[in-house]
Amino acid sequence: MTPIIQASNLQKSYSGQRVVDGLNLSIHKGECFGLLGPNGAGKTTTLRMLLGLISPDAGEISLLNLPVPQAAREARIRVGVVPQMDNLDPDFTVAENLLVYGRYFGLKDSEIEARIPSLLEFASLTNKRNAKVPTLSGGMKRRLTLARALVNDPDVLFLDEPTTGLDPQARHLIWQRLRELTQQGKTLLLTTHFMDEAERLCHRLAVLDNGKLISQGTPRELIEQNIEPQVVEVFGETAEAWANINAAHYSQRFELSGETVFCYLHDAQPLVAHLQTQNSLRYLHRPANLEDVFLKLTGREMRE
Amino acid sequence: MSIRDFALPELSMRFFPIWQRHWLVWKKVAAASIMGHLADPVIYMLGLGYGLGSLLPQMGGTSYMTFLAAGTVCYSTMNSASFEALYSGFSRMHEQRTWEAILNTPITLDDIVLSEILWAATKSLMSGIAVLVVIWLLGLSHSVMSLWMIPLALLVGLAFAGLGLIMTALAPSYDFFLYYFTLVITPMMMISGVFFPVNQLPESVQMVSNVLPLTHAIDLARPLMTGAVPPAALLHIAVLLAYTLFGFYVSLVLFRRRLSR
Repeated sequence: MTPIIQASNLQKSYSGQRVVDGLNLSIHKGECFGLLGPNGAGKTTTLRMLLGLISPDAGEISLLNLPVPQAAREARIRVGVVPQMDNLDPDFTVAENLLVYGRYFGLKDSEIEARIPSLLEFASLTNKRNAKVPTLSGGMKRRLTLARALVNDPDVLFLDEPTTGLDPQARHLIWQRLRELTQQGKTLLLTTHFMDEAERLCHRLAVLDNGKLISQGTPRELIEQNIEPQVVEVFGETAEAWANINAAHYSQRFELSGETVFCYLHDAQPLVAHLQTQNSLRYLHRPANLEDVFLKLTGREMRE
Repeated sequence: MSIRDFALPELSMRFFPIWQRHWLVWKKVAAASIMGHLADPVIYMLGLGYGLGSLLPQMGGTSYMTFLAAGTVCYSTMNSASFEALYSGFSRMHEQRTWEAILNTPITLDDIVLSEILWAATKSLMSGIAVLVVIWLLGLSHSVMSLWMIPLALLVGLAFAGLGLIMTALAPSYDFFLYYFTLVITPMMMISGVFFPVNQLPESVQMVSNVLPLTHAIDLARPLMTGAVPPAALLHIAVLLAYTLFGFYVSLVLFRRRLSR
């Protein structure tokens, strides 16, 4: 089966700086695929190239079996996009936003009007049908943006940080809707900073850093391949001094970040037993998660 | 900058849903907009017309009021298209990210820029008609020929929309547009024959005036108001069309470059 989205050896530079560097991706029908990476890793640039909005310097893209950017316009007829920044029409009501956007796909007014009730229901906005956009909460705006991206009943959805800036309730509602969409057989490509989002939603993930794909697989594979299975976080004022003497003895690998020591290990029992004797230290023992993988692969220093 | 940025525009009817969007926005503020189209030009026309007109019994073979009326239609259509292409266009491109939303659909930048030009010209058409209605009601023009002012308003709108969009494509922020209005639009209004005949100006200034789009618009408008066929009408129309095509193409190239990041 040919992938719905395929990119091979994508390259893009801006004023001499490589933003995307030799990227290969293939995403299959019905998959929810996550692109992870720190700010500036090249996630948004990759999405924009896959949509045909900017041309790669080198490499090949096919989207829904059409070559991009050559046939990007035709491909976008069957694609929906949830952008990173809100770009709803502030002058319009909720329903007008859907109507006006549907027209851009060449849909007849009657077709769009027929779809609006189910789109509003999907976005839990039925009673906001005639509300103006500026009166909506952040979560409602996001849901309207998602409904708008579905107005053409697309096969593929691109979502650029779909839950950034939302409170936990709003985020959970978006997650639930995105899961429904994958159950309907739609293909989702999303970027995110939230590791719990990636772990819960995505079938497969790719970690990008400096425009390069540095790891790829299911969330479980990424954890198994990249990191020790157990983590013990040790914190307290004396944690650093403690770590310099003891951490290497008990753990395969450790990192100091602020007042916290992260110990990565295969068997946590000896360390936990030792820590129980240390009154000045507190600790947390947990299984390794995607955030540990992400920090290991992309480093702990800030990217700005 | 890539060679693709210089490709000729690919025109299609896909611009129409965007035009419809602008129309729907406009309908919500129609009353204020129509008043805006009318108040400024009519106040100038009546104020200057009655005030100066009583001192100047004749100008260019007509009453000063009629003389001024032709110029007023042209400069108010120029202003409408310029404001729409600059401030509203920049808002849609930059502030509201309307273009970004549209570009994620099967619509291309070529369609968007075409829709912006046509919409700004639509605003000119509306403002031109509004001023013409006042002129007809005041009895400043009795000729059927003045109906040709309606397509002229559209053409003036197209020319200034094109020029305005070049500014929008280059603008880092709204403040940039003050340069255009202060250094281009206002001086043009002074030397294109809106308030007095161009031949009153020093010869060197007349030479500049001769290449300005507003001068050509007024050369068409003034005879039409009194029922005459404008001399060299085809030349004036050709100049305004040339400004339109120039503005459309140059702004499109600049927008392609600006939005290719």
